[in-house]
Amino acid sequence: MEQSRYRGTTLILEIIGVLLALVFLVPFYFLVSNAFKKYGDILLDSAALPNPWTVDNFTRAWDIMSFPASFMNSLIITVTTIIGLAVISSMAAYRMVRHSSKYNNLLFAVFVAAMVIPFQSIMIPLITVAANLNLTNSLSGLWFAYMGFGSSMTIFLYHGFVKSIPLEIEESATVDGCSPYGVFWRIVFPLLKPMTVTIIILNSLWVWNDFLLPDLMLGEGQRTIPLSTYAFFGQYTKQWDLALAGLVMGVLPILIFFLMLQRHIIEGITAGSVKG
Amino acid sequence: MKSSGWSKSWIQQIVFTGPATVAFAIIVALPFFMGMYYSFFDWNGVSDNLKFVGLGNFTAIFQDEAFINSFIFTSKFTVATVILSNLVGFILALLLTQPVKSRNVLRTIFFMPNVIGGLLLGFIWQFIFIKGFSAVGEKTGWALFNLPWLGDETTAFWGVVIVTIWSTAGYLMVIYISALINVPKDLMEAASIDGATAMQKLRHITVPLIMPAVTIALFLALSWSFKSFDIILSLTKGGPYNSTQSVALNIYTEAFQNNNYGLGTAKALVFFVIVAIITSLQVWLTKSREVQA
Repeated sequence: MEQSRYRGTTLILEIIGVLLALVFLVPFYFLVSNAFKKYGDILLDSAALPNPWTVDNFTRAWDIMSFPASFMNSLIITVTTIIGLAVISSMAAYRMVRHSSKYNNLLFAVFVAAMVIPFQSIMIPLITVAANLNLTNSLSGLWFAYMGFGSSMTIFLYHGFVKSIPLEIEESATVDGCSPYGVFWRIVFPLLKPMTVTIIILNSLWVWNDFLLPDLMLGEGQRTIPLSTYAFFGQYTKQWDLALAGLVMGVLPILIFFLMLQRHIIEGITAGSVKG
Repeated sequence: MKSSGWSKSWIQQIVFTGPATVAFAIIVALPFFMGMYYSFFDWNGVSDNLKFVGLGNFTAIFQDEAFINSFIFTSKFTVATVILSNLVGFILALLLTQPVKSRNVLRTIFFMPNVIGGLLLGFIWQFIFIKGFSAVGEKTGWALFNLPWLGDETTAFWGVVIVTIWSTAGYLMVIYISALINVPKDLMEAASIDGATAMQKLRHITVPLIMPAVTIALFLALSWSFKSFDIILSLTKGGPYNSTQSVALNIYTEAFQNNNYGLGTAKALVFFVIVAIITSLQVWLTKSREVQA
């Protein structure tokens, strides 16, 4: 029964699906195949496969973009941000749920309300504040800015999750003499793991791909991958051979991250958006 | 004893909520209120002399043709992308909830563009519109591919729309899939026995049952489109002739290229009010859905 039903309409749907997938993949084909071509070959025919293949573009783009440095900057800022946000936001959300005083409820309301503020509507005074506090031109300053911008949504997501954790376990731990900090780190935080995974994924994609905040805060010397790609493109406009190789290198890390963790990423995004 | 318990509780309050509150206050709250203050001044961002202009910046906004045009572009762009990316996302979701064998691979492929940042996406497509399309046009002779895609106002508009759909449809698809798999099978079978066609089942059973997901997906797309910046910056830089300049890009240009910080913050405030209305509507509709569920 299943078999005979499959052969009919499902086969047609399967073919349609594969054709649509090919349409979705075409941009990647153009990107990758032309990155391996000599400049003249790109101008001659950008739809053809490379003939001959060359990796020359990659070695040159690697040096000009100082790719290893940009990659390290992106990696450092992403990893420290996701750790920092998970720590400060889970603690704050936990306190707000378990001690829902008037003050804490107001605080939570302010964090949630701030989620509607678009970045572009506060970026101008932010730069003034950041410059006065010496937060510009350094990765640690950028990190601090991410703590401020990321805390709203991260607290909001943790807040909903802490509410679902039964209070009894914490109470018995307190009776056994565990300090409030011990209760949180040894008992509550491990229970938050599913939400922590979602939060790590959402924040990684955001920070890794973010362009505007690092563009405004970091100086010439320090670049993340989006920044070095932007500068590189500006410098080598229409030098497609170099530009495309640079783009392939820029896209590759996040694509590998996605393909390795795709099940968690898709689940995390669904959970985050349905709750958010 | 009582006072030490009180102070202990305050220390805990500070340890648990302090770091997030301080970062938030400095990075979000302070600039937010400073922006309101600056929007009443003429200020170039560098010098210390602020000239009070009252509502001058706000009246200037409504005579600023570039800003009004960017607002019109953003509205048109939002309508087009919200409808089309949801349509594409929904069709893909319908396809992937059928028993097709390749559905896991297909889901990965359709979602893939979404993990790449808007800035890189825009650059990839800049190459495709300029070089890729003309190569395809030469081979197939199809006039569609021989148009000057990013060089003409109409096609540049649709160019930005196409790239946005390519990047967001997979995300919306995932939301629709999670709703579609919860539509009860027995309901569909009962309808089939009663002789309902596929279209009738879709209209009268599936769509009403997944309305909560439709609400979320529509408003997510709405708020992304309205705040669009990265893709436009790298794909067209707002051109040709500023025809694809979004409100977000207009604010950026006003402040960091024209150095009109005062006017920029006034524009930013107007932008905030509009986005706040849209997003509050989103939160309100999502919440009203939670009550029913």
